[in-house]
Parts: sequence; structure tokens; C-alpha cells
Amino acid sequence: MSNTDIALNRENGRKSVWSFLASEFKPKGKLFTPFNLISIPVIITGVILIVIRFAKGLGAVTNLSQETPWGLWIGFDVVTGVAFAGGAYVVTFMVYILNLKKYHTIVRVTVLNGFLAYVFYAGALLLDLGKPWNVINPIIGNSFGVSSVLFLVAWHFLLYMIAELIEFSPAIAEWLGAKRARKILSGMTLGAVILGITLSTLHQSGLGALYLTAREKIHPLWYSEWIPILFFISSIFAGLSMVIFEGSISYKVFSDQISEKDHKSHHDIIHSLAKICAVTLFVYFFMHVLNFVHGKNYEFLGTRMGHWYLVEVIGFVLLPLVLFFHSYRRRNLLLVKIAAVLTMLGVIVNRMNVTIIGYNWDAPVQYYPTWKEIVVTLAIISIEIWVFRWVINRMPVLREAPSWAKD
Amino acid sequence: MSINRRNFLKALGLTGVAVGTGKKLNAAAAVKKDNDKEFYAILYDSTLCAGCQGCEWECALEHGLPDPDLEDIPEVGKIRKTNETRRTVINVFSTSKGEVYVKNSCKHCNQPACATACLTKAMYKTEDGPVIWRDEKCMGCRYCMVSCPYDVPKFEYHSSNPDIVKCDMCWDRVKEGKLPACVEGCPAGALTFGTRREMIAEARKRINDNPDQYYDHIYGEYEAGGTSVLYLSPVPFEEIGFNTSVMNKPYPELTRGFLYSVPAIFVLWPAILLGINKATSRSNNQIEEENE
Ligand code: SF4
Ligand code: SF4
Repeated sequence: MSNTDIALNRENGRKSVWSFLASEFKPKGKLFTPFNLISIPVIITGVILIVIRFAKGLGAVTNLSQETPWGLWIGFDVVTGVAFAGGAYVVTFMVYILNLKKYHTIVRVTVLNGFLAYVFYAGALLLDLGKPWNVINPIIGNSFGVSSVLFLVAWHFLLYMIAELIEFSPAIAEWLGAKRARKILSGMTLGAVILGITLSTLHQSGLGALYLTAREKIHPLWYSEWIPILFFISSIFAGLSMVIFEGSISYKVFSDQISEKDHKSHHDIIHSLAKICAVTLFVYFFMHVLNFVHGKNYEFLGTRMGHWYLVEVIGFVLLPLVLFFHSYRRRNLLLVKIAAVLTMLGVIVNRMNVTIIGYNWDAPVQYYPTWKEIVVTLAIISIEIWVFRWVINRMPVLREAPSWAKD
Repeated sequence: MSINRRNFLKALGLTGVAVGTGKKLNAAAAVKKDNDKEFYAILYDSTLCAGCQGCEWECALEHGLPDPDLEDIPEVGKIRKTNETRRTVINVFSTSKGEVYVKNSCKHCNQPACATACLTKAMYKTEDGPVIWRDEKCMGCRYCMVSCPYDVPKFEYHSSNPDIVKCDMCWDRVKEGKLPACVEGCPAGALTFGTRREMIAEARKRINDNPDQYYDHIYGEYEAGGTSVLYLSPVPFEEIGFNTSVMNKPYPELTRGFLYSVPAIFVLWPAILLGINKATSRSNNQIEEENE
């Protein structure tokens, strides 16, 4: 509440805007938490590595090679990170399109999460570009390669970030106490949501479509014309599992921000999300089976890659699917969380299999990431969590909106 | 609570933008029709190749690349690969008809996967056939490398301003009416340059004139949808290390279905979403009113 008081004071004089912002930029809370103690050195090392990467080229930091042009930064940061950000479009769909009011309490935090994920993980794409300054070429239009799937994906990233920012902007306006702006911005929400869902459908599947031309390079167990659809469906439960996972952490860490009422409804929300996960996982599993039968890939099952494929499909799709169903029946929160974590691991495994492990699987020299690539990835995740925490502690995301902003 | 008119118009406006983008994508996603101009092509006849690496030397000289490594010469059992310092290499294979030399480089596909993949058109199929790479456009995403079925484009991983390196059929020379450096420099006459039609006819003729000497197949006539480097061999092509699992369709076709569905989704999705939104908000209002 104190924020809104400050914000309201702002209208009394121009000068206090700056003092308000200045005070907001000061850190809140303790500096020496375990998370900070781990993340600060990681971030510092990561930044140094990024400097080296730009000074000496990608080869100085990564294990990328002529055989493996895309490694951890694309396969994990971009392809997997964006899948996990899928929660935003699913939840906005339920809240604004289906008008399911019960999910309203989680919409802001999910959108914030999605937005930050795109900024940081899609942003990680820039680290991976050999000539990042030329990224303006496909944007300002002096060179449009419109027949490229990557062109579509890149543009969608950009537009989707804008849509997410618009969806989130009322929270920023509330933080700043800008009443008129808030009104205008909330009026744009529905448009942004519709655009956002459309874009998400296309670029979540587009990330899979990127690999369609690598027909002979990806192991037959993972290559199929269905990659785009599989990627799209898995982004639904990847995103929702992330919402469940992140929610259960946020509700502990930021419990002071959450009202009694929201605490209660949160359990109910989690169970409903578990149900959606179960159903989409089922569809996904079913498609995997169809795909497998259709591809006639039986002979691979005896090989090492075949075993690994079975681990993925049974251990990380079928198992969480069963767990989600059970948890929903029994209303068991712990089971939901276990299932969510398994599902997330499964999505990571799947994306790694398509982009790295199954890619040029028969090459004599296999790619594995260097510790430097891993540290940079961890640094990006850490910075994202810092920004997330900064926003949560200041803007009405988990806590209720100020009274003047009630519809 | 229901959608007011302003919201509706805004949503519609945004959708309009989206549809516009979708349309544009559609128009350009259709691959440009081949015009009347014929593609140039190189015919490589491995039965004539003596493995002297003359082409490697000429290529290095022409493009300012380091001289070929004298220690690293073609040997049976060793696969030399092109990389960021060499655009073409000779390998030798032990086959049912003795040792056979093979030159490897970009195939200059008729519908190149690399150029379709490139989001900046840095990788570009010229109207004359050579597939070239343009420094000032490239952003170094390496999607061309992922897409090329022959793993041809190479990347300078140890440079802060890295280039993509691959054969460009000596585009600068061809433009001026000169022969590609390797063709000009081949002392054995294993390389011939001309239009693609002429080269296919020539290859056919050689096979017909000497059926015992050649395996009856022109590699590149249909592979990957047809390429502008054509190969003749005395033995089946898998014996000399060729990728025979490439499909005969052009590779860009693999993503075409996806790209075609884009405009449809851009038109349908927003309309459907808006419809559902109106339907659900109306029923919600009714419930609320009844509750009152
Ligand atoms: S061989 Fe590869 S690099 Fe050469 S034109 Fe074909 S797709 Fe492009
Ligand atoms: S690396 Fe350069 S040439 Fe290759 S696809 Fe990317 S922008 Fe195009």
C-alpha cells in the first residue's frame, strides 16, 4: 500500500517523480541471501565470458563446430526457454478469451514471467549471432528473407514482446500512479491478448519448423513433419507446468504480498491447471505414438538412441501424465508439483534431443557444451530472476492492485 | 464488463496489422518462378580427375585463402572436409573400379535450402545460378548451416566479425564472362562450365558414348531438386562418399506447408478468439445479471 501512497503523492508535484523512481531503484530486502550469494558470482563470470565471446568470436567460449552450428544457447536458452514462456498465452487465453475469472489472480505474474522470458531467452539469440549488428537488416526491411522460418520466428518474438508488454503495462501504470495511462492501456489488453495468442501459436510451432529442413541430420526418432505441432502442444503443458512450479515458489518467497483469499484460490487454480496439463500431455503422447508407428522406426528401438527415446516418452511424458491425472483425482498438491517438475524435465529433454542430441547424432565428434556456455546460460537465468524479483517487490503483480485501479 | 466498442475496434485494428503481415509472408513464401534465364553449371567428371588438387590451389589464390596444406593430401580412408579456410577439397576413395577422386564443394542447388533459410537474404541465389553470400547482410545466425543438406556453409568461429565461407562459383569472375577459377585451372579437363542444360546434355553424351566407363547416373540432376554442380562417376555414388539419402525434392518444400498455414492462422485465429470472447463474456454477464 505504501507504494500507492507514494504514487499518489506524485501528482502533487513533478519533482517527487524522480525521488519516487530513485527510491524504487534502491534494493529492498537483504543483500546476503543464499540466492544472491550464488547468483552474483555467476552473473559476473557470465558477463566476463560474454565480453570474451564478442572480442574473440564464438569459438573462444563455445564448443560449436562446423558440424554443430547451434548448441546450448539456441537449443536450451531460445528453443526451450520460449517453450516454458508458453504459460502466458495459455493463461491469457483462459482469462480474457474464455473469461474464466478464477485464473485472474495468476494472469499478471504469468504474463510478467512470459515477457521476461522472451526478453532474456529470445534475447540470448543475440549472443549467438556472429554479426549481431546486422540484426537490423531483417527488422528495418532493407533485406527481408520472408521465405525463412527464422524470419517469421524472429519477427514474432519481437511483436510478441510488445504484446506482452501491453498486457502487463497496467501494472506499471498502477505502480507509477498514472491513472489515465492505466485506463488507456487496459483498454488495449484484449487486442494485445488476441495478437499474442495468434503469434504464440505460430512461433511456438515455428521453433519446431526451423528444424524441418534438417531432414537427414536429425535422428529419425525425433524428426517428423509433425515437429511444429508437437512443439506447439508441448508449449502448452511446458508453460503451465512452469506456472505451477514458479507459482509454488513465488507463493512461498513472496507470501507477504498475497492476500488470504488468493492463497486459498491458488490451490484450486493449480488443480485445474494440472487437469489441462494432463489432457494436453495425453494428446501429445498419443501423437508421439502415432508418429512412431507411422514412421516405422521400430528398428531403432534396440539402439542406444532408441532406449533414450523410450526414456523420454515413457519417463517424461507418460509418467507425468499419469501423475497429473492422479493428483487431480486425489487433490494431492505434492503430486502436482512432482508431475510439473517431471514435465518440465521432459520438455528440456525433448528440446535437447531435437536440437542437440539427435542433431547429427552419427557425427564422429559429438557436441557437448563447455562450462562457459553453461555459466552464461545460468547468468542469463539469474539476471532474469533478479529483474523478476525487482518487479514483484514494486509493482502490483502478486499483491492486489491499488483501490483506485479496481474495475 | 462485456467488450466495449473501443476495445473491439482496437482488437480489430491489431488483427488487421497481423493479417497484413501474414499476407506479405504468403506472397513471398512462394518460391520465385524460374525465369527464362538459364542457370550456369559446372560438370565434374571424376573419371578424368587426376587428384592433383589444382582446383584447390586456384580457389585459394582467387579468394585470398591460405595455400592448401602440403601435409594434408587426399588419401584413401581419410575424409578431408571443406572449412573456413578452403572452399573446395579433393578426396579419394577405393572403389570396385579402383581409386576414384572426388571434388567436393557447394552444389549451387536450383532451390537452395540455405538461401530459403536465410532471413536476411545474405545467402542468395543469383539469377545466373551461383549461390552467393553477402557480408553486409549476414547476421551470422548459421541457420544456413543447419539447413543445407550437404553441410556446405562454414563459419569463422574464431573471429569477432565472422564470415560464412562457401564456394560462390566465382561469381565475380562469372559476371565478367570468365570461367570459375577451378574450371580454368584444372589441367585434366575434369571440370566443364556452361549452362545447366548444356552440362546435362554433355554428361548424358559421355555416359552414352562410354557406357562401360560410367555409372548411369548424373548426380545433381534431380538430387535436392536439381543442382548446378553435376557429377559423373565410374561407380555408384555411395561408393565415393556421396550423400545418397538426400531427397529429390527441393529442400525448401519441407517448410512450405508450415509457411502456407501462417496467413490462414493469422486470419482465422483472431476471428475465432474474438468470437469466443464475445460468447463467453455474454454468458458471464447473463449469469451476473441473474445473480443480481
Ligand atoms: S549445397 Fe548447400 S550451400 Fe550450396 S546451394 Fe545447396 S543448400 Fe546452399
Ligand atoms: S548465417 Fe548469414 S547467410 Fe547464413 S542464414 Fe544466417 S544471415 Fe543468412
